Amino acid sequence: MTIIKADMAGTVWKVLVQEGDIVEAGQDVVILESMKMEIPIATEVGGTVKRVIVAEGDFINSEADLVEIE
Amino acid sequence: MFKKVLIANRGEIARRIIRTCKKLGIETVAVYSEADAESLHVKEATESYLIGKPPVAQSYLNMDAILEVAKQSGADAIHPGYGLLSENANFAKRVEEAGIVFIGPSSDVIRAMGSKIEARKTMEQAGVPIVQGVNNPISDVDEAVKIAENIGFPVMLKASAGGGGIGMQLVHTEEELRKAFEGNQKRAQSFFGDGTMFIEKYIDQPHHVEVQVLADKYGNVVPVFERECSIQRRNQKVVEEAPSPFISEETRQKMLDASVKAAKHIGYTNAGTIEFLVDSEQNFYFLEMNTRLQVEHPVTEEITGLDLVEQQLKISNGETLNVTRESLKRNGHAIEVRIYAEDPVRFFPSPGKITYLQLPEGDGIRHEIAVESGSEVTPFYDPMIGKLIVFGKTREEACVKLANTLRNYVIEGIKTNIPMLLGIVTHPQFIKGVTTTNFVEEYYLSK
Repeated sequence: MTIIKADMAGTVWKVLVQEGDIVEAGQDVVILESMKMEIPIATEVGGTVKRVIVAEGDFINSEADLVEIE
Repeated sequence: MFKKVLIANRGEIARRIIRTCKKLGIETVAVYSEADAESLHVKEATESYLIGKPPVAQSYLNMDAILEVAKQSGADAIHPGYGLLSENANFAKRVEEAGIVFIGPSSDVIRAMGSKIEARKTMEQAGVPIVQGVNNPISDVDEAVKIAENIGFPVMLKASAGGGGIGMQLVHTEEELRKAFEGNQKRAQSFFGDGTMFIEKYIDQPHHVEVQVLADKYGNVVPVFERECSIQRRNQKVVEEAPSPFISEETRQKMLDASVKAAKHIGYTNAGTIEFLVDSEQNFYFLEMNTRLQVEHPVTEEITGLDLVEQQLKISNGETLNVTRESLKRNGHAIEVRIYAEDPVRFFPSPGKITYLQLPEGDGIRHEIAVESGSEVTPFYDPMIGKLIVFGKTREEACVKLANTLRNYVIEGIKTNIPMLLGIVTHPQFIKGVTTTNFVEEYYLSK
């Protein structure tokens, strides 16, 4: 099990995956918005999305949990 | 003069405006979002009012909230700074209708220059050279291809309502244009609420040179020399200087003449900037007009001794310009760099707490900065946290001073673009004055 974390503080702009989706390593799972920039967050591992922890519009801090991959 | 001015902005520019107001004995009203409660502009203003939540749509772009504070505080004028509502014609109009003075040109002029296609037409009528291209909106991609083939690739695809490089793309082939058209149109629609696109010929390795003008309400227009702002990354300016190291005195005078003609033709008042592209043969072409104070205005102040915010306030107050083209002298060379809270390698934003800040001081060193030790840089706004401006008797002296000052700039807790700035300003090509808009890609990123 791997938890994908945020690189930096920001707002969750888009969630690109749903629970049950199969993802590949390197695939973007969430796009954050920070300082007027869109920051894609990719998963480093492939697997199945077990849990989406954040919702679009949420404000999150750096190191916050975003998505759980199994 | 005004008794009380509301500043509808944040960060370094809000502090900059407050400073001139204090000098002139004018009281100031700050507005701020929940994220900026501890900001320096809030502490430095005579009065401060919370206007909403951190996202700009709920605070700094909330016209109702800002106008309400203006009425409640009894402000007799509003200074919009740059960005945010500064070029929003609807806001300017609402301020005018509320019987408050908008520090800037009339809402009609802002509207006319806000559409790049309209601005092209207007400038052509005024006899100002424009880049070869179309003066009508392009309806679909097939029409775009036809026009591009007529002009000849490569071409610049642009959004009429665009700004900050959004909705704009250089395309080399029909295939690239077909790929780019819809995406840029959508981006322009979502950012500016207007997806109108047009096409201009691409000028290879141009310089971006802009002319500052001041215009009072009595038809006097004074050009305040030029600024060279060619060093850009993703169409955002990074390093700006005055005078331009590139243009000849003959070109300078022609550009100043064209700028006066342009400002008079549209009935411009207040401080404004006319941006031009200059090709390798020193031909210049109108790009757009910024109907507000520019981020890089300090370099003009350094070489002329003018306080441009003071000039703006006096013009809006109905005073006659106290300078003329003949009386205005320039002296020395000034360079500004924009300090961003961002990773200098990956260019990712770097919000966080500034644990320690020590600004190098000295002759000819000026800081315009929004933060101090202990300040929190939040992820809600533009990553620019400040500007460093240096002045030297010559460009060489200014370059040396800038590099030394950047080396001694201590900022801890967040990452900044200072290593990148240092890489640029110490580059032999920069020192030589070879500054085209391709500089960052060609000389900095490729090394």
